[in-house]
Amino acid sequence: MPRLLSQIHRLVRTHAFRLATLYFAVFAVSVLGVLVFIYWMSADFVERQTQATLDAEIAGLAEQYDQRGLSGLLQIVAARSAGDRGDGMLYLVTNPDGHPLAGNIAGWPEGKPVAPGPLSFRVSVKIKDHTEMHPAQGALLVIPQGYRLLVARDISDAALFRERVKAALLWAGLLALCAGIGGGAVMGRSLLRRVEEVNRTAERVMGGNLSERVPLRGTSDEFDQLATNLNNMLDQIERLMAGIREVSDNIAHDLRTPLSRLRARLELSLLGAPDAAAQSEAVRAAIDEADRLLTTFNALLNIAEAESGTRRNAAEPLDLAQTARAAAELYEPVAEEQGCALKLDVEPGIMIRGDRHLLSQAVANLLDNALKYGGGEVTLSAHQHDGRAALEVSDSGPGIPEGEREAVLDRFVRLEPSRSTPGNGLGLSLVRAVARLHNGTIQLGDNHPGLTVRLEFAAL
Amino acid sequence: MKLLVVEDDRETAAYLVKGLSEKGYTVDRSGDGREGLYLASSGSYDAIILDRMLPGMDGLALLGALRAAEIGTPSLILSALGSVDDRVKGLRAGGDDYLVKPFAFSELVARIEALLRRGGAAVATTKLRVADLELDLLTRSVKRGETVIDLLPREFQLLEYLMRNAGHVVTRTMLLEHVWDYHFDPQTNVIDVHVSRLRQKIDRGFERPLLHTVRGAGYSLRASD
Repeated sequence: MPRLLSQIHRLVRTHAFRLATLYFAVFAVSVLGVLVFIYWMSADFVERQTQATLDAEIAGLAEQYDQRGLSGLLQIVAARSAGDRGDGMLYLVTNPDGHPLAGNIAGWPEGKPVAPGPLSFRVSVKIKDHTEMHPAQGALLVIPQGYRLLVARDISDAALFRERVKAALLWAGLLALCAGIGGGAVMGRSLLRRVEEVNRTAERVMGGNLSERVPLRGTSDEFDQLATNLNNMLDQIERLMAGIREVSDNIAHDLRTPLSRLRARLELSLLGAPDAAAQSEAVRAAIDEADRLLTTFNALLNIAEAESGTRRNAAEPLDLAQTARAAAELYEPVAEEQGCALKLDVEPGIMIRGDRHLLSQAVANLLDNALKYGGGEVTLSAHQHDGRAALEVSDSGPGIPEGEREAVLDRFVRLEPSRSTPGNGLGLSLVRAVARLHNGTIQLGDNHPGLTVRLEFAAL
Repeated sequence: MKLLVVEDDRETAAYLVKGLSEKGYTVDRSGDGREGLYLASSGSYDAIILDRMLPGMDGLALLGALRAAEIGTPSLILSALGSVDDRVKGLRAGGDDYLVKPFAFSELVARIEALLRRGGAAVATTKLRVADLELDLLTRSVKRGETVIDLLPREFQLLEYLMRNAGHVVTRTMLLEHVWDYHFDPQTNVIDVHVSRLRQKIDRGFERPLLHTVRGAGYSLRASD
């Protein structure tokens, strides 16, 4: 019982319930309005018709009286009262005392005042072998000298009709209200259930299960859209969390190693006989090691910065072609020194929205990689096509096997097992982060032979 | 030359004071933003080196107050916040240079020297000269003695920067920032290659080299070693 109460309490507090109540109230008011209108149009209409008929009859008889006097009126009333014409018309003419002179009503209705205007009373009607009391509606005309003319109509049929209409409308109303309550409840329940689903998922996610997703119904209604957006948000969060986990794992591995090397080197220099030359050499080596560590650390921070999207507001219209040319110019002497041919194939004026510093660094990293690991002929090209700006760096080196192309984009991944070439395995991670920050794509492909890295952005 | 160091980390401050004193500077030190502002307001310093995050008063607020009081002492901001945004904020607040922690001491010294020069000689010149090397900013031509030297536009800019800082150490980062306007460390030391190319052009075939490498710091263009 308390469970039921608490459930009811909970239901009453829900938005769905309030919505359903509001819906029901509006529904009830409109149903009531419709019913009142129907009643007015049917039952009341009959009553108004009756009144109009009576008024016309009275006016006609009054005219007769004016022309033919009391005796004429009595004649006409007697004639109209004779026999049942089936229209339920009733007539009565009485002297000033109320004593009937003519007509088909037995006597002046008891207790009814003698006043002009509409008059409701009951009349006994003879049907076959018995009499029945029927409701009647009448109008009175007081003739000079106190004679009274009462014209009335048996309204038992109309009353019956009115009762029928009332009953019908009552039932219709009840039915509509039931449907309203039912509809509201169903609507509220289904609304509530969808919200509940979202709530339950959110609770489970907060509980630590980041892989939970809000179920979709496939109806692509607002709730599905909400669920899709929430799921996308969760995807993003999960990706970021995975990124953080991956970074901390990598930092643990790739920063701890040089740090312990650094420490060992300094410790070694303190061992044995003090030798000024050897010690300063050790210190110099330690500084170099520290600088390399700092470079790695800065690269990590750069990637984190690009990935977190905090620099998104630094985006401004810029010429990708110019950025590419500037980077190529920076690396041209390096290429020449290594005996590589650095070829430029850049279409002028490729406008995109972006962060000049990050994009420059990304292009520089790509060229750096191409010259370091690829070699041969390195081509930097930038083109605009169909509203997309594409920048490509290709080399004719050994390339990357298809299965490993995704992996090299991750932090600290270096394909060379010996790790003899200087580098920290962060270059392509930054390029990917920069591409993502600009809502662009990065693709690694085969240059037959060699590697092609292609960045694509939306052109302005 | 009198310097003010506003730095709250005791060890870093001691390291700065010791190093700069050894380089021949007179160094005052403050560990608090308000005190730093008070000292700097005297206007008796040739340059200020200040940390960005300080107790009492934020480094940027200090600079803002100083600049509002129309004290234009050249200043260098030291900060652990190294993103481009942070750098821009620091320079907008009135800093003349921005150095990210941790830094090489030689880098700091080179930058302080550059700041001190900037404060003094702002004379508009059209010709720069170091020994027999002459750079004409109007005709954009370079001569060593009587020999005309052909330089690419970027090499010209590189030489101009080195000549403007002649006799002083210029670090690789300073070159990247001022000649290329890049604020990141390229993985390969591309600057070395550019400098050695320039050296080929201006020093090869001449008896006395002008462009020197300073070990562990950078480069220096000067008449003699």
